Amino acid sequence: MAKPRLATGHFTGCFGCHMSFLDIDERILELVELVDFDKSPINDKKRFDQPVDIGIVEGGVSNDENAEILRDFRKNCKILIAMGSCAITGGVPALRNTMPLKECLEEAFLNGPTIGEGDGLIPNDPDLPVLLDKVYPCQEFVKIDYILPGCPPSADTLWAALTALLSGEEPSLPYELVKYD
Amino acid sequence: MVETDVVNRIVQQFGGDRTRLLDMARAVHAELGHISEETVAALAKALDVPRVEVRDMVSFYAFFFREPHGTNVIYLCHAVVERMQGADDIARALEEATGTTFGASDPDADITLRYTSCIGLSDQAPSALVNGVPVTNLTVDDVPELVAALRGGRDITRLRQAQVGNDVRTAGQVIFAPTERGAAVRKAVTMTPDAIIEELNVARLRGRGGAGFPTAMKWKFCRQAKEDVHYVVCNADEGEPGTFKDRAILALQPNLVFGGMTVAARALGARKGILYLRAEYEYLLRDLESELDKRRHLGLLGDNICGCEGFDFDIRIQLGAGAYICGEESALIESLEGKRGAPRARPPFPVEHGYLGKPTSVNNVETLCCAARILVEGGAWFADIGTKDSTGTKLLSVSGDCTKPGVYELEYGLTVLQLLERVGAENAQAVQMGGPSGQCLARKDFARSISFEDLPTGGSVIIFGPERDLLEAMRQFTAFFAEESCGWCAPCRVGTTLLEKCLQKILDGKGTFSDLEALETLGETVKTMSRCGLGQTAANPILTTLRNFPILYADRVRSDDGVMAFDLERAKEECCSVAGRAPATGEETP
Ligand SMILES: Cc1cc2nc3c(=O)[nH]c(=O)nc-3n(C[C@H](O)[C@H](O)[C@H](O)COP(=O)(O)O)c2cc1C
Ligand code: SF4
Repeated sequence: MAKPRLATGHFTGCFGCHMSFLDIDERILELVELVDFDKSPINDKKRFDQPVDIGIVEGGVSNDENAEILRDFRKNCKILIAMGSCAITGGVPALRNTMPLKECLEEAFLNGPTIGEGDGLIPNDPDLPVLLDKVYPCQEFVKIDYILPGCPPSADTLWAALTALLSGEEPSLPYELVKYD
Repeated sequence: MVETDVVNRIVQQFGGDRTRLLDMARAVHAELGHISEETVAALAKALDVPRVEVRDMVSFYAFFFREPHGTNVIYLCHAVVERMQGADDIARALEEATGTTFGASDPDADITLRYTSCIGLSDQAPSALVNGVPVTNLTVDDVPELVAALRGGRDITRLRQAQVGNDVRTAGQVIFAPTERGAAVRKAVTMTPDAIIEELNVARLRGRGGAGFPTAMKWKFCRQAKEDVHYVVCNADEGEPGTFKDRAILALQPNLVFGGMTVAARALGARKGILYLRAEYEYLLRDLESELDKRRHLGLLGDNICGCEGFDFDIRIQLGAGAYICGEESALIESLEGKRGAPRARPPFPVEHGYLGKPTSVNNVETLCCAARILVEGGAWFADIGTKDSTGTKLLSVSGDCTKPGVYELEYGLTVLQLLERVGAENAQAVQMGGPSGQCLARKDFARSISFEDLPTGGSVIIFGPERDLLEAMRQFTAFFAEESCGWCAPCRVGTTLLEKCLQKILDGKGTFSDLEALETLGETVKTMSRCGLGQTAANPILTTLRNFPILYADRVRSDDGVMAFDLERAKEECCSVAGRAPATGEETP
């Protein structure tokens, strides 16, 4: 029987959740036995080409590319998991939601202290993704089946959730794994 | 500096008493027009309290401006019933006539326009408070005259619309029967406090303010609380949208209200009473004060009342400053103490630890009137009216889609249908019983009876005709709670906003079946995890319509493919305009 397929995605975040994922250390060998990796920054596969069993996404949605790929994840993954604060709430990047995007861009590209008088330019290359007015949590775009809270969730948390799902069980995480204060 | 002088003078008027800060702020606001940061600092200095304490208080109340505004202020009531009766058209007409928008002032700083929630005039909607003066039954054609009168500095109380109708459609035996001033008090002085409480017990009187707590028990607990000082508080905050029965009582039967308070004082051994009057009813203040004066003159208030040695009691009226939550009894007490109206953690309950930490009985206006009547007519007489668990009559404030809106005093036990026939609304689609915090009833419920045992109500009855968009009304109710949440606890502060957004999404045609589940779960969380009655009932509009009108929801959601409707184009607009690029990129990439 073919192994379940696992995809991971990264949007607007710091990659910390993926790093935490790699913190499963030697268990990654076990994971490779359990699943086949599909689209993921870990193997650099760019596109979905077959149905995937579990998708895990990190980061909020801050531009049109994020939005599109997230929707792609939903269309291709049977189970979709939002991993970490940014995916669930927008997290640190969403701090910019308290001010207009215009002000953020002007501060970063026109008026910032490292920009010479008249040197500024707000990036407008058509190849760049278009920023959204705010940073949105993933569930504003697609239905999320499970959330894994934490900034980042610990390797043990991710491992416990993933192995439970792979064995067909409802993940139930003990308090220590979702307690962060 | 002017601010400092005004503040110091006013603080002195109130003897520098920190607990009267709400009155001081009101007085300062009246004189200076707004409460600036400098004024806050001056108040804090004069009272020797941290500045944040003052700012905390003044920023809480809707009727305090923090910045200069127009000479005239129009608060247009924008509650559900008012919008059903055309408040939005009045709003547009006002914007046109004044040349400004809601939330702002015209260029000459002549007129400021503001929305406000229910001002207790739903039976004569649309209505507004213009410089505190109620104007009612407004039409679009009235607007230019109103604005011209304000601009011309004319006396707006002379306008045709500047009147409040207090028609009682049905007067019952208890509240609106003829009364003789002082009858209840004269009876009370012949009785022992225990006998008074026993009389209420025989009457089986339950509170009319919403919770339905037995009044005899409340008074007994308060009386038993071992303290030297006890307080009687009359709750005239009447903020539940669609309620206006206390307004009618205060206008027509003030002697019954004050009589009831005096009876309570005798029963509790209280020497001081406070009537907390919502700011929206400030126009009633003069008549109420003059009624108090008359009573003092007649020996019905003051020392040795009715010649009863040692029975000393007087009443002061505390005006609020625009906050629905101040109707909640512990928030009301906080507000009386000159603080922001945030509910207290309970226990201890106000009957043990209330105003200034002393045992306090907070009672609704109508409850106190019942108590006064019971003393005169007897508990057994009262218990004979109504049903077994709901004795007496109930005042209902009926508004919305009916031919005869107004105040009705009816015996408990009446069915919804009987009520609808009486008010001219047989074809109603739905009835909001008990206001937004109550429940939204469908036709299947119309045979149920208005009583504590079946359909309890604080008195607000809002009727929705067959053509109304019921769910839009529920969204507005939910937005009301989100606006009025005191913010103390997250389930209420955050949950009410999430509920409103989720319902808005469904109304926009972007919701799916999973959003209905989300509404239900979130609603239950808000209901069970909130600290006070506001949060505990804030989800009721949504939860009761989900239960009673499931088809209305099912018609508005689409099937669930896991991808939400999100307006990506709108979210991209700002970036495109700032960076000067065409909005079409990402969408085309395969
Ligand atoms: C959010 C909220 C608002 C309330 N508003 C009022 C009000 O305007 N008038 C009132 O009498 N009771 C109001 N109540 C109920 C009071 O807390 C209290 O139960 C009542 O005044 C007690 O009086 P009673 O025993 O005579 O009914 C409100 C409660 C809540 C939770
Ligand atoms: S439930 Fe709402 S109104 Fe009541 S204390 Fe909590 S936040 Fe304040």
